[in-house]
Amino acid sequence: MGIIEQLTGYLSFSFVQYAWITGILIALCSSLLGVTLVLKRFSVIGDGLSHVAFGALAIAAVLHLQNNMLLVLPVTVVCAVLLLCTRQNRKIRGDAAIAMLSVSALAIGYLMQNIFSASANISGDVCSTLFGSASILTLSKMDVWVCVILSAAVILIFFFCYHQIFAITFDENFAAATGIRAGMVNMLIAVITAVIIVLAMNLVGALLTSALIVFPALSAMRLFRSFRGVICSAAVISVVCAAMGMLLSILASTPVGATIVVTDLASFLLCWIVGKLMRKA
Amino acid sequence: MPQLICNDITLGYEGVPVTEHLSFSVDPGDYLYIMGENGSGKSTLIRTLLHLKSPMSGVIKTGDGLKPDEIGYLPQQTAVQRDFPASVQEIVLSGCLNRRGLRPFYSKQEKETAQHNMERLGIRHLAKACYRELSGGQQQRVLLARALGAAQKMLLLDEPVTGLDPKAQTEFYDLIEQLNRQDGITILMVSHDMEAAVRYASHVLHIGKTLLFFGTKEAYLQSKIGQAFTGKEDKNHGNH
Repeated sequence: MGIIEQLTGYLSFSFVQYAWITGILIALCSSLLGVTLVLKRFSVIGDGLSHVAFGALAIAAVLHLQNNMLLVLPVTVVCAVLLLCTRQNRKIRGDAAIAMLSVSALAIGYLMQNIFSASANISGDVCSTLFGSASILTLSKMDVWVCVILSAAVILIFFFCYHQIFAITFDENFAAATGIRAGMVNMLIAVITAVIIVLAMNLVGALLTSALIVFPALSAMRLFRSFRGVICSAAVISVVCAAMGMLLSILASTPVGATIVVTDLASFLLCWIVGKLMRKA
Repeated sequence: MPQLICNDITLGYEGVPVTEHLSFSVDPGDYLYIMGENGSGKSTLIRTLLHLKSPMSGVIKTGDGLKPDEIGYLPQQTAVQRDFPASVQEIVLSGCLNRRGLRPFYSKQEKETAQHNMERLGIRHLAKACYRELSGGQQQRVLLARALGAAQKMLLLDEPVTGLDPKAQTEFYDLIEQLNRQDGITILMVSHDMEAAVRYASHVLHIGKTLLFFGTKEAYLQSKIGQAFTGKEDKNHGNH
């Protein structure tokens, strides 16, 4: 009984409720788009973009911006559009461009914090941005509202463009040839990806965001064989893992982000084994 | 009235022409074979006909009630598709997407069209099956059903029998012939398969750096290039 009392005790705090709401919304959004990104071979882009977001966050901190979203979000969106929409232009190959962008952003971010930061504990600040150790528990009401509105927008767009996203993911040329505006849908995917990554950075930190995007999709693909099945189960798996991860981290006082990602990893292994068994049967 | 007219088009990438001065036209119900060696601009021609890129010069016009985005396309398979989790029904339905506008769901009529096209190609029993687990021939039928959802008058097929076993190849060619003869669907087939061209085509377009031949199959077989090409094919067979 001790555990349940402990949990209800924690859940009565408003900052835990905030963390709970945003965590679940972020997990839901990232899993929806994750399937498309994984299938389009864009998994690494999530990683690259999260580093960009880290760099932008560092600059926002140095500039003492009241609301760092105002800088982080546009910068990440622009980079996402550049990375996702210029793949036909092969002067610099896609993966090399991502590697270049992400390490530069990391380096610039860290350098900025080192040179200009007034805080006494620089490595602690950097560590919490990278691994999101506490930021999810320090959200203000404003942060929660931003997260709710952006997530709602992502879910709505996904709902209305579901079939376009499917068509573009499966066969971009065919979709474009039959009059789907492929460029626009790709742009939309890029913008949504950036938004999700910026949001997810609050939950699990910059270095771990791509786990939220990749793991639920991969787990779901072990189990289901239709696109809709994969999308729905990815959403369920992601939300369950995020909820479980947050619970575990509260109970064991472990870092939230890392706990969620390890839960995601465990669920992937489970789905992999179940998938193998299903195929044998 | 021709469905498709290409008037002196030049194709190329980034200012470098690959094929110059192509002129040809396609009438309703034609079965046109598009031939040419690798690097002769066949895939550029496909992308241009599908309006995925514009010609460097010249004009492409559609007529006889055919809209520019009403060319059904059967692409070569990409690596993404080989492990894509999607049911046959989902893929066939996605062909109807261009008629749907802003509604988030498919209408009953679109679902019926998809059902009808699956029926027509003998894959209705596979509707719930997973695409990546089908045989090569079945996968091609799924993509064909999708193309028929997007366009009812003209199909553009890009080396559709590559990678199929001989039996599946024959079945696929028969299916295309049936769509051409019975339903009057215009076929543009890009292929290396000379034997099939001789057997099925009504017209032949042979491209290289420039237009090498355009006309009926009979004229092609009489022409120098046609004879050289078929002759070369024979010699190749002899060498094996």
